[in-house]
Amino acid sequence: MAASASVRSSVGLTLRLSRVIPDCSKCPFNRLNSYFNGVAGLSKVDRFRTLNRHLQTSRGLYHSEESAGAEDPEEDAVNVVYIDRSGKRIPVKAKVGDNAMYLAHRHNIELEGACEASLACSTCHVYVNRDHFNKLPEPEEREDDMLDMAPALQENSRLSCQIILTQELDGIELTLPKVTRNFYVDGHVPKPH
Amino acid sequence: MSTHKGVLWKIRMLNIFLTSTRRVRITRLHGARGLGTSPAASCPKVCIVGGGPAGFYTAQHLVKTRPDVQVDIYERLPVPFGLVRFGVAPDHPEVKNVMNTFTQTAQHARCSFHGNVSVGKDVTVQELQEAYHAVVLSYGAEGNRTLGVPGEDLAGVHSAKDFVGWYNGLPTNRDLRPDLRCETAVILGQGNVALDVARILLSPVDILKVRDLSLLRPCNNTDITQPALDTLAESSVRRVLIVGRRGPLQLACTIKELREMVNLPGTRPEMEASDFECIAKMLKVLPRPRKRLTELLLKVAVETPEETELERRNSAKRAWGFRFFRSPVEILPSDDLTRAAGIRLAVNRLEGEGEDVWAVTTGEVEDVECGLVISSIGYKSLPIDPAVPFDPRKHIIPNTMGRVQKCAGLYCSGWVKRGPTGVIATTMNDSFDTARTLLHDMDEGTLDISTVKPGSAGVTTILEKRGVKPVLFSDWEKIDSEESKRGEARGKPREKLLDVGEMLKVAWT
Repeated sequence: MAASASVRSSVGLTLRLSRVIPDCSKCPFNRLNSYFNGVAGLSKVDRFRTLNRHLQTSRGLYHSEESAGAEDPEEDAVNVVYIDRSGKRIPVKAKVGDNAMYLAHRHNIELEGACEASLACSTCHVYVNRDHFNKLPEPEEREDDMLDMAPALQENSRLSCQIILTQELDGIELTLPKVTRNFYVDGHVPKPH
Repeated sequence: MSTHKGVLWKIRMLNIFLTSTRRVRITRLHGARGLGTSPAASCPKVCIVGGGPAGFYTAQHLVKTRPDVQVDIYERLPVPFGLVRFGVAPDHPEVKNVMNTFTQTAQHARCSFHGNVSVGKDVTVQELQEAYHAVVLSYGAEGNRTLGVPGEDLAGVHSAKDFVGWYNGLPTNRDLRPDLRCETAVILGQGNVALDVARILLSPVDILKVRDLSLLRPCNNTDITQPALDTLAESSVRRVLIVGRRGPLQLACTIKELREMVNLPGTRPEMEASDFECIAKMLKVLPRPRKRLTELLLKVAVETPEETELERRNSAKRAWGFRFFRSPVEILPSDDLTRAAGIRLAVNRLEGEGEDVWAVTTGEVEDVECGLVISSIGYKSLPIDPAVPFDPRKHIIPNTMGRVQKCAGLYCSGWVKRGPTGVIATTMNDSFDTARTLLHDMDEGTLDISTVKPGSAGVTTILEKRGVKPVLFSDWEKIDSEESKRGEARGKPREKLLDVGEMLKVAWT
C-alpha cells in the first residue's frame, strides 16, 4: 500500500514536471511535433499519441522498478466529468497523464482547441470545480495571459489543454462556459466608435 | 434535367474523396433526391459566403451538429482561411494551427470549399438563396476606417490593413512597397493590429527569418513574404510611436501583444511617465484582464528596471513607446509636398469615468517628425450586394442573433455580424451562435427545408455560364504544397504565392 502510494506520488511528480511538455519550446518532442506539423502533416491525434507515449514511458519505468504487472489497471483510472453547455453531465474514464482538452476531443465533447495546446488562444477555456481547482498547479504566465482574453472569464477558469490528469484530480468536474452573447476581451460589450 | 445532371456530377466529385461505405450511403441519398421521389430524402443545404474563421467555424458547427446538412463555403480568393492566413502575424505561427481544424472541416464529407468565386459579382446573393435553403454571410471586414485628416493621401501614409496585407502576402497589397527609409514611424491606434505592425517594424530581421531559440517560444521560422523580409532588412526605422486618443486605462491591445513588445530583443520602451500619474491607485478596482495589462504597463513605463533589464535597455538600438491622449489633426508634408514628413497631434484630456471615458481636445497641438504613418484605427465591413440590408453607420449587416433582419433564409456571422473586434475565440463563439440559430430555425420550421434545392450543382452551372471556375479544396492543397515546397527551399514553413493568376495556375495543373 505504501509502495503503491509512493509510486502514485512519483508518478504525480513526473507528470507535474511533464506538464510543460505541450508548450515547452525546449522539449525535443515539441520540436518534433512542429516539424511533423509542418512537413509530414501528422494529424492532431497522432501527435497527441506521441506526447502520451512519452508520459507512459516514464510511468512504465516505475512499474518495472517496483511491482511490474502486480498493479490493478484501475489504479491509473481518473474519473472526469464534463458539464456541457446545456448543463448535461458527461462522465468520462481517463488515465493518468491524459490531457483534458484532447480527452474531450476523443469523447466528442464540444470543446475547441484552435492553437493545439500551444498557448496561443483561449478556445479550450473551462471552469474547474473549486476543490480540484486548488489541486491544479499554478498556471504559468502565458496561460494567464490567454485566460485574460477568454470570453466569460471566472475565478475558476483554466485552459483545459494545460490540465494533465493525475490521481489527485480524480473526480474533477470541467464545465464548458456558456457563451451566448458577444464579449469583449475584458468582459464588456464594446460600443461603436 | 440540368439539376439531375448537376447532382450526378456532384456524386462523381464526392466519389473521388469518399470511402466506399460512405459512397454507397451518399449515392443512395442523392439518387433518391435526383429522382424526386421523396422530398424527405433531400438534405438541407447551407451556403457560407467567406472562407475565413467565421465561415469555417459556422460550417464546423453545422456539419457536426446536424447529420444531414450539406455546407458549401464560397471564397473570393483561391486560397482559404481569410485573416488566419492574411491577418495573423507571421511570428505567431501557433495561432495558425487553427488551419488544421479548418482543414478537417473542409475535408468533411458534407462540406466543400469553392474558392475564386466572388459573391456579389460572379453570383448574386439572390441566386445563392435560390440554390440553397440558407445563406450565411461571413465575409468579414475588408474595408478600413479612414482618418479623415488632411494629408492622409500622401506617400508614406498607409492603413494597417494594407501594411499587414503586404507583409502577409495578400494579393491586393503586393505592390504596396512601403518606404522604410525613415527613422521614426507613427502608428495611430493602440490595438493588437497596431502592436503587430510595431513588432514587425522593430523585430531584428533574424527573428522574422528564424525564430530565436533563446525566446521562450516554439522554434519556428515565419512565413513572412520574401519581398517584405527584404524591405524590412533595409529598413531605417529605429523608433515607433503608438498613438491613442485616450489614456493607459483604455489601452486596446491585449496582454500577450504588450508582453511581446516589452520582451522584443534590441528594443527599449520610451514612455512619458506623466501619462501614468494616478493610474496605480486605480489598479485594485479594475477587472482582472485590465488589471494585469495595466500592471505590466506600469512596470515598463514607471518602475525602475533591474540591473539586467537596465543593461538590456541601454544596449538597445531601437525604441518603441505609447503616446497617450493624442489625436491626429494633419499629416505634415515634406518640403516638396510629395510625402509625409511629420504628423500634427491634438492633445486631449478625458471626460467621463471608467470604460466610458471619451477624449476632448484641449486646443494644444504637438508636431512629431516621422516618415511613415500607419493608421490602425479599425477595419470595417462593406456591403456585398444591394439585396442584403446594411447598416451604413455601424458598418454591419443588421441582424438579430445572426438572423439578417427582414430576410428569411439569410444569416450572418463573424465581423460582418458584430463589427471588427475580438480575438479568435470571440469569432468562434459568435459563429457557433449563428449556427445554433440556423439549426434552431430548421428544427422549428421557420426555415423552410422541405423543398429540393440544387446546392453547389446549381451554382456551378451559373458560374460555368459566366466563365468562372471555382478552386476546390483539393486544388488549394496543390497551392499549399507548392508554397510549402518554395518555403522549404528558403528554410521557411511556406513561401506564399502573391499573385492570384499564379495561384490559379498552380491550382489547375
